[in-house]
Amino acid sequence: MNIHEYQTKELFRSYKIPVPDGRMAHSANQALSMAEQLGGDGWVVKAQIHAGGRGKAGGVQLAKTPDEVQQHAENLIGKRLVTKQTGEFGRMVNRVLVEQIHQIETEYYLGLVIDRASQRITLIASAAGGMEIEEVAAATPEKVINELVDPAVGLQDFQCRKVAAGIGLSGKQIVKAARIMKNLYRCFRDKDALMVEINPLVMAKEGQFLALDAKMSFDGNALFRQPEIADQRDFEEEDPKEVEASGHDLNYIALDGSVGCIVNGAGLAMATMDAISLYGGRPANFLDVGGGASPEKITNAFRIVLQDPHVKVVLLNIYAGINRCDWIAEGLVKAMTDLAVSTPVVVRLAGTNLEAGREILKRSGLSYIHADRLSDAAEKSVKAVNGGTV
Amino acid sequence: MSILVNKDSRVIFQGFTGQHATFHAQDAIRIGTQVVGGVTPGKGGQTHIDRPVFDTVKDAVVQTGANVSVVFVPPPFSADAIMEAIEAGIKVIVVITDGVPVQDMVRVKRYLIGHDAIIIGPNTAGVITPEECKVGIMPAHIYPKGRIGVVSRSGTLNYEAVEQMSELGLGISTSISIGGDPVNGCDFLTLLKKFAEDSDTDAVLMIGEIGGSQEVEAAAWARDHLKKPLIGFIAGATAPPGRTMGHAGAIISGEADTAQAKMQRLVELGVSVVQNAAEIGKTVQGSLK
Repeated sequence: MNIHEYQTKELFRSYKIPVPDGRMAHSANQALSMAEQLGGDGWVVKAQIHAGGRGKAGGVQLAKTPDEVQQHAENLIGKRLVTKQTGEFGRMVNRVLVEQIHQIETEYYLGLVIDRASQRITLIASAAGGMEIEEVAAATPEKVINELVDPAVGLQDFQCRKVAAGIGLSGKQIVKAARIMKNLYRCFRDKDALMVEINPLVMAKEGQFLALDAKMSFDGNALFRQPEIADQRDFEEEDPKEVEASGHDLNYIALDGSVGCIVNGAGLAMATMDAISLYGGRPANFLDVGGGASPEKITNAFRIVLQDPHVKVVLLNIYAGINRCDWIAEGLVKAMTDLAVSTPVVVRLAGTNLEAGREILKRSGLSYIHADRLSDAAEKSVKAVNGGTV
Repeated sequence: MSILVNKDSRVIFQGFTGQHATFHAQDAIRIGTQVVGGVTPGKGGQTHIDRPVFDTVKDAVVQTGANVSVVFVPPPFSADAIMEAIEAGIKVIVVITDGVPVQDMVRVKRYLIGHDAIIIGPNTAGVITPEECKVGIMPAHIYPKGRIGVVSRSGTLNYEAVEQMSELGLGISTSISIGGDPVNGCDFLTLLKKFAEDSDTDAVLMIGEIGGSQEVEAAAWARDHLKKPLIGFIAGATAPPGRTMGHAGAIISGEADTAQAKMQRLVELGVSVVQNAAEIGKTVQGSLK
């Protein structure tokens, strides 16, 4: 789960991680009064969306006067911002962050992730701030420092000092930077984060460090014990179909093809999408109904998949283990009846209680395209999209 | 032989009296698994499906000689249950629970150091050695006994592959799903090493997915050390970057995470790579000639 930059910076303040003075605004007028309240002689207006690449896309604007702040906010709020991470339709900007501008001496990178190879929290730092860290790591790996944290004792001060010296800091700056690293680690650990990134961490002319840009994401599986993080979820940043699906305990991700997919298990769901593509079609979505799929769950899955106007055929591919084919078949009959589905449906059932499931479908008299295997399921779905006889 | 579990494994269930644990314990017993009891704190001394219930894993180990545990404990308490099993001397811990916080697993993996135990999962369908021992939630009847070792992330894709193989007359020595989480108990490499030494396994099928580099690391080891055919598949060729595809670990964070890049690396390392999931069975059969 992601949160906005202004929310991350608010969290940073509570962990004594220095950030520029700033306020969030919902409107141009509010932005103007925020700039006046903040004072100073220059401001930056930053569009608040959950995607990166805002700067290059015009989502970060500098202003010399409060009137300019107002103008920039006017231009951003209520518009869709298209960055390289948003896709062609962009994201709606509902709020901006107004911050004081500081004179910058040097830029650094500071981040924490859960490193999959070592299975530990890892502190990442670099003197090459302000650039994509993946690109820095690929081109000049010697410029990126990785420091593993032993979960038994946590990040130690000496490790922070070592990293600070490693990115070229000296004297008192080492102590200051080490304190920021330690606080960032505490924040990461306390809040069940998966990733936090300060890019850039700058040293301002006055000699103090500031987290100029901040990104943070959290473990969705830990939200049960992080209510104040869960409250910050911004549903407007998510596809409404995905929000509805998660409310029904379904895992749905919208894609841009025409074959709607309803599958159990994440691995089989991905393999089904891949097979559709190998037969020349394109999946409209990823959807994992999970184990124990009740008839209601199958109906909800159909409803969500069919909300996508690009869907020309639905492929139901279930390999029942913990699921049961008879429950799935009942769900299919209920969904097709309740929703009066007219889109062609390809059905592939396998596993637990297969015969009972087939019997239910036969008795129902519903019209659907039968498939025995993954290969014919994918092939028949693609043919049905193209209007061919199956 | 087989790996991890066999007819002599003495199995307990943690979270024994819950609905799912009960159902799967009964199913395991049906195929001959030696389920010797279970643990539900506060219910020690009771009997459940004709087996003793204990308050602690330690009690269960002392009184039944248990050496394998299946964990059905809910996410907030899973890490504690796994560490309890490690401390009590359980050798194979299969964590079925889906939704264990990642940082909890980071701590569990630290605790595991210095202990002689293997954790499978979390978020796994489990382990099965056909006709001997089932410690998981898979449909046992689709797993015929045979000589192919299977290790996958996903459960249902594992079933799919097993069905394709069984239609061609190929059975399974042991099948393991390691689960879809980014920090999991056991990786592909650890299990490939076990299959390499198993005289009942003639070939190994590895079913991976996007995200991380486990499959590539396992294949790099196999090139120099595994004297049996290794067949590989990577799910997620059509997954968009930056999105978590159901499994928390299935996310493309960089070029090397994509299915295409991983399959390419596996081909370079000498693995028989399956491009189409519908042809897993055929490819395994072909590799045996």
